[in-house]
Amino acid sequence: MNKRYVSIWFPHLVTDQMAIRQKELDGQAYALVAHERNKQIIIGVSYQAKKLGLKPNMPLADARIILPSLQAFKYQPLRQQKLLTMLAEWFIRYSPNIALAPPDGLSLEVSGCTHLWKGEKPYLQEISSRLKKAGYHFKIAMADTLGAAWAITHHGENQIIKSGEQLQALFPLPAKALRLEENTLQRLAKLGFHTIDSFIHIAPSTLRRRFGEEINLRIGQVLGEQPEAFEAISEPHPYQERLHCLEPIQTAKGIEIAIQTLLENLCILLQKDDVGFRNATLKCYRLDGKLQQISIGTNQASIHIKHLFKLFELKIKQIEPDLGIELFIMEATKVETLPKQQEALWQIQAQSNLSEVSELLDRISIKAGKNAIRRYLPQEHHWPEHSIKAVTDPQQLPETEWQAHKLRPTVLLNQPEPIQVSAPIPDYPPMNFTYKGQLHRITKADGPERIEREWWLNEGKHRDYYYVEDEKGQRYWLFRLGHYHSKIAAQWFIHGFFA
Amino acid sequence: MQSPFHQTVIERLQRQILDLEGYKTKPSKQQKKLGFAHIEKHFPNQVFPTGTIHEFVSTQPEHTACTSAFIMALLAKLNTHQGIYVWIGKQRQLFPPGLNYFGIPAHQIIFINLVKPKDILWATEEALKCQSLSGVISELEAITFAQSQRLQLTVEKSKVTGFILRTQTGPIHATACAARWQISPTASLNLTQLPGVGFANWQVELLKVRNGSTASFNISWHNGQFHTIENLVPQPFLPHAIGS
Repeated sequence: MNKRYVSIWFPHLVTDQMAIRQKELDGQAYALVAHERNKQIIIGVSYQAKKLGLKPNMPLADARIILPSLQAFKYQPLRQQKLLTMLAEWFIRYSPNIALAPPDGLSLEVSGCTHLWKGEKPYLQEISSRLKKAGYHFKIAMADTLGAAWAITHHGENQIIKSGEQLQALFPLPAKALRLEENTLQRLAKLGFHTIDSFIHIAPSTLRRRFGEEINLRIGQVLGEQPEAFEAISEPHPYQERLHCLEPIQTAKGIEIAIQTLLENLCILLQKDDVGFRNATLKCYRLDGKLQQISIGTNQASIHIKHLFKLFELKIKQIEPDLGIELFIMEATKVETLPKQQEALWQIQAQSNLSEVSELLDRISIKAGKNAIRRYLPQEHHWPEHSIKAVTDPQQLPETEWQAHKLRPTVLLNQPEPIQVSAPIPDYPPMNFTYKGQLHRITKADGPERIEREWWLNEGKHRDYYYVEDEKGQRYWLFRLGHYHSKIAAQWFIHGFFA
Repeated sequence: MQSPFHQTVIERLQRQILDLEGYKTKPSKQQKKLGFAHIEKHFPNQVFPTGTIHEFVSTQPEHTACTSAFIMALLAKLNTHQGIYVWIGKQRQLFPPGLNYFGIPAHQIIFINLVKPKDILWATEEALKCQSLSGVISELEAITFAQSQRLQLTVEKSKVTGFILRTQTGPIHATACAARWQISPTASLNLTQLPGVGFANWQVELLKVRNGSTASFNISWHNGQFHTIENLVPQPFLPHAIGS
């Protein structure tokens, strides 16, 4: 599917927010000022101030000449970043993929989101009206690529660029809109390339020779021919606990204490919401900046501290503390509603406590992997290999009945093994067979039971199964593959052992 | 000859010894009963010992099939309610649809496949600690005396019944298990004079019973019940029915 991106640019991000906070600033001209090289330099201006001709990078003294009543506030660099992140988190309601475009923009990947607002136009209208109501000044655009959307917001008008039409939309924009480096822009300006349409059709090799590889990359990104990284912000984790250590932890005992403490705190948090761990991750930040992490999973939502601790305990060995761990973070990466205590699976008597069994399975799966644990449910297939279905979920119940009217062996070989047989034709059971060098004389036999292949699943010959007993009383499941043929000897196999 | 008085004294003393050895004579309501005197009579107090480890020796796949079925039948008779069973082994060769005939629906069995014998032992011990399980079956190639003692101590606390399926060939050394069994197939029973293979029939050998007597007897399983050859009566033909 074609990707769609929205770019939003807040030219007055911090000043707008100040006006939202302090009503008396609304509609006033004011500026954010930083002290740079013995000069007061304007970093950001309010909407009103911009209208009056003030611009960033202007010395405050010059600005005061234009507007003597200009109010100046101290610029706080972290505030903008924080505000942008906050806005990005707010935007998650419109798209799951939001990226920051520092210093004052946001990018949204909106593929597959707009139809929920009945189209791209209502989608943008909705965002615009919400932002306008809040009191922000912004420019917004939607396009097929991040680059194109960015270019339109910063150098064009609010609009939606239809899929595949970004090239035409970019024609009148200045070269700056391609996010090029300053010296490339200067070189372009020197040669008279002011708008994008003046150079975009020049062969890439020529452009590269003159302006370096960057220009081709940027053009490619704008047109969607080159990939562009989209670093989506992640939602803040609701179930997370941190533990700072005054002294770096190096011993297993110390890690155990940390896990215990974190689990206790986190379990209280989870219990409030009536949920339990399904997956948890412990992240250990080492002194040297490296990250060590271990994860556990459970078969059933659990807030049983002792049990969870045991699961972590099995994995403590994998942590290399090296110089020491200074920060532990535990996250419940997957949570589920806690099961009701009385809920029993397979209608077990009250004495059987299911959670105890799932705790046992958790311990085993931590050590041996989830694939080591299997249960088998019946499937509606006659072909023996297909008649069972392996499941890992300890609670799943059979959807169909076990087939009881046909006898099946107790032990089934994974692969049928060929045997030598002497059998009267056409459909009599064999008189004897040789398996692993041993001759078995058949005294009793049942069959044949013909089992056809399910042609929609696999192709091949059918099997004629015989249930036979040899002179020692040992019982086997043998089969002949396909029909007898006048030229080809029949193939016989042993497939299982009956009790 | 002993007088009746002597006999009662000896019986009382024997019971005391059994108590000291860990064979508690529990109230009959709590004790799970097999309900099949033919097997039970070989065990102390005429009760099939649960909450202990039973050892089964089987070296051939034909015998393994019979042994597995026999264990399933035992468990089905011991547990009237639907329980959870754990089967630990290297690789599953049991065919779940085939087990249903012996009384336990295969979806109640959790199969655990592990590669290293050490892991199998560990998992067996962990499973035996879990009181919610109705039975633990573990396929082990070999087990040392110390390992079996460890498992025995575990079940004495948890009262779970464990079954060890030993597949090792060669001489068998001592273990701390309550009983050592060997199940081998014998010619099937044909009660109805119809041609074909009849009901499963096994030669059950009790090679060693702690505080009991060794024995060898023939047992058959059909219609969800154990049967001895002696009490068999020819009956009309019935299709193989699943256990009650």
